Amino acid sequence: MTLAAVEVTANYYLVLGALLFTVGAVGLLVRRNVLVMFMCVELMLNAANLTFVTFAHELDDVGGQSIVFFTLVVAAAEVAVGLAIIVAIFRRRRGATADDLDLLKG
Amino acid sequence: MEFAIFVVFAALALAGALGVVLGSNPVHCALSLVVTLVSVAVFFLQQDAQLLAAVQVIVYAGAIVVLFLFVIMLLGVDKRESLRETLRYQRPAAFALGAIVLAEVLFLAGRTWATGARSQRGSLDAPVDGDNLNNIERVARSLFTDFLWPFEITAALLVIAVVGGVVLARRSGQPVELLDEADDEAAEEVEEEVREHAEEGTASS
Repeated sequence: MTLAAVEVTANYYLVLGALLFTVGAVGLLVRRNVLVMFMCVELMLNAANLTFVTFAHELDDVGGQSIVFFTLVVAAAEVAVGLAIIVAIFRRRRGATADDLDLLKG
Repeated sequence: MEFAIFVVFAALALAGALGVVLGSNPVHCALSLVVTLVSVAVFFLQQDAQLLAAVQVIVYAGAIVVLFLFVIMLLGVDKRESLRETLRYQRPAAFALGAIVLAEVLFLAGRTWATGARSQRGSLDAPVDGDNLNNIERVARSLFTDFLWPFEITAALLVIAVVGGVVLARRSGQPVELLDEADDEAAEEVEEEVREHAEEGTASS
């Protein structure tokens, strides 16, 4: 069997989605810059989208693609509000790392 | 051929994702994110989701990443950031949790027992009422029939997000009128300076 003849099955995409999701999750936990943390959330959302589209293809169902639409809208709304919050925080204090937001600390 | 495309773009997607996590400059992180998003758009194309591939590039790479870059430039955080961790057990705990998440998701993905009913919401390639619809028409049909109610709620969500964004990003504490006055004063000062410079220029020449 030559390499070109290998068929790309749904599992390939699902495993790739799992890897992307994990990278995003670890990044969210490791990074302290709030903007980069947001980008990691976007990565995780994208991995979920890829899984949705894979199952839509696998089960021959257009519903999976419609759901991705709503995920996109939620991602856009989340970014708009989240970035506005970051800008508001930046007005009050310098620095956008999660460590700086310790106002509630006793 | 399909396999070759998959391997190339899977490598690109993972490299971009790692670039987001490991990059010390937020601008580089945003650009790495674009690489991942475009690679995912290619996977959408490979799986008969042409509309979503276009939307992915337009909305994510075109709008969301540009919004990120705008905020990075606006706040001036485009300098290097130390990646050293201050909390003692944070990093090992993060990697352990990541490994657990990966194991769980791979376990679920490797079994592929998600063998639900097929084509519940309409097929991706079978003819509908004798017509051979394209991908856009199929998604539109699904959005405006099965998902009409979520679609309407989405409109409300977007309006709320826009209003929330404007309210949060406005300079807090000051009413809008005061802001306008301050802007007018600043504009007058600038105008005066420009006039002075122009007068100096004419005097010297």
